[in-house]
Amino acid sequence: MLKNQNFDVAAARRRCLAYRRRILDISQQVTAAHIAPALSCLEMVDVVYHGLMRPDPTARHLSFLDGFLMSKGHGCLAQYVILEDLGVLTKADLDRYCTPAGQLGAHPDYGVPGIEASTGSLGHGLGIATGMAYADKIQGDGRRTFVMLSDGEMQEGSSWEAMMMAANLEVGNLIAFLDLNDFGGLARMSEGHPAFYPIFDKVRAFGWEAVEVNGHDASAVYEAVMARSGRHPFMVVGKTVKGKGVSFMEHVAIWHYRSPSKEEYAQAIAELTEVSS
Amino acid sequence: MRNTFAQTFYEAAKRDKRLTVVVADISPAGSMQKFREEFPERFINTGVSEQIMIGLCAGMALRGLRPFAYTIATFTIFRPFEFVRDDICYQNLPVTLVGIGGGVTYSTLGGTHHAMEDVAVAGAIPNMSIIAPCDPAETRAATLWCVEQTRGPVYLRLGKAGEPDLTSNAADAWEFGRLRYLRKGSDVCILSYGPIMKMVFGLAERFERAGKSASVVSAHTLKPLDRAGIAATLAAHEHVVVIEECVPRGGLAGQVKGIAWEQGAACRLDSFTLQDEFIHRYGSYADLLAAHGLDVETISAKLGLA
Repeated sequence: MLKNQNFDVAAARRRCLAYRRRILDISQQVTAAHIAPALSCLEMVDVVYHGLMRPDPTARHLSFLDGFLMSKGHGCLAQYVILEDLGVLTKADLDRYCTPAGQLGAHPDYGVPGIEASTGSLGHGLGIATGMAYADKIQGDGRRTFVMLSDGEMQEGSSWEAMMMAANLEVGNLIAFLDLNDFGGLARMSEGHPAFYPIFDKVRAFGWEAVEVNGHDASAVYEAVMARSGRHPFMVVGKTVKGKGVSFMEHVAIWHYRSPSKEEYAQAIAELTEVSS
Repeated sequence: MRNTFAQTFYEAAKRDKRLTVVVADISPAGSMQKFREEFPERFINTGVSEQIMIGLCAGMALRGLRPFAYTIATFTIFRPFEFVRDDICYQNLPVTLVGIGGGVTYSTLGGTHHAMEDVAVAGAIPNMSIIAPCDPAETRAATLWCVEQTRGPVYLRLGKAGEPDLTSNAADAWEFGRLRYLRKGSDVCILSYGPIMKMVFGLAERFERAGKSASVVSAHTLKPLDRAGIAATLAAHEHVVVIEECVPRGGLAGQVKGIAWEQGAACRLDSFTLQDEFIHRYGSYADLLAAHGLDVETISAKLGLA
């Protein structure tokens, strides 16, 4: 259940295990899934939806006072399985993922329940989120905007235009999560693009308040956000593992795109079941 | 046009607190400065950062504000093109993208600052509307429409400053999506839009001197184009001339020819556009237009007018 106090880490661990299995299930329906990028950010997205986003008490169906953008749109399976769990999306929606009968694609699309902006082209989400946060700030409605970024999209100049403006506009109601899994679609960033690092220092130097945590440690992620000052835009730099939870996917670039075979799927599910026992 | 836009926007913004402006390091002309001083929270300068200018507008529109992005046309459309496409048009948000200096208005700044393809490029994007007023009064009417509209994205293509009044005696009122007869003739019709309209009136005089009664039409709304109005114009005149400050592909001229083909128009049809060429030339706005063959003498000669 949704809680804003005393984030239940054990429950989060159970949820994320089930979400991982659900993501792998979907990978057996179509070949259009980005598995590993969803697995790396999963705990942080879980914290957003189950710990940070405030449900609108006046709404008949679940909706939130706060906003969330999946700027790394290719990680949207993490968002979809959570929205399914919350009842915002249906099982049928996920069963029809990437099919003509469905409404969910491999990138989030504005207008779909629970999806607040169309993302997927990288380097867009932070700017849009900054605009949303600024509008909320000057309209005084107390909303917060959460946004999930990939480290790969921080190679886009537009991300840094947004970093500067968010700090200039002092949007203390903007909270970003950086899924620092060190992989783009092709290779490790630390090898192919070493000047990207140190990223944490760059974030701070651009006028943001930031903390670096283990991005799979839900408690650390939650505590970091709760402890922010609220005076500046805030970023959780979450060190993560691409393909987290499935041994043969972890840190292997090909799983950015690839869908597992039946045998690989069986092995992955077995691993995720073992962890739960 | 700049000052008229600013004054009109300022008046509207006093009534509607949702109206906001995001500029990218462009000096706020005329009343934009008053707006900035009175409503500092609703005026954002992103500096030389056009992608975030568009991204901010998208985010603010998603939260119920009515943002206007405002800078030189090349930097409104070309530099942040994919942000215009994805953030604004794909999501069909009611954001007005104001481009100052459409066409070759910035005649001394060189080709980097000429928005020769802006209408073609903006018009290629689904959901986008395009309005290109020809004088200050049309700029005012178009701006008033933009601040009210809920249709979706608009590219408002303006000139610069000092444009003469061309429409105070217009036959028709300004209406979004409708051709506007600025003067009615019976033989020839010149279809055009934007600040080049001043030259168009000079050409109309040449037709009159040659004994041809000339209509002048402002096709201010380039998208959605008034196809029925163009069809009627093609049917009502023996000769139609399209003059536009845009590259040959993707602008008004090709569309008028398409409509003429579809309806089997019997009239003579000529078009004069910017050249499909970067011309390395500096001078007055008229000098730049002339370098592209868009001056009364060149066009008159090509049309066989004395």
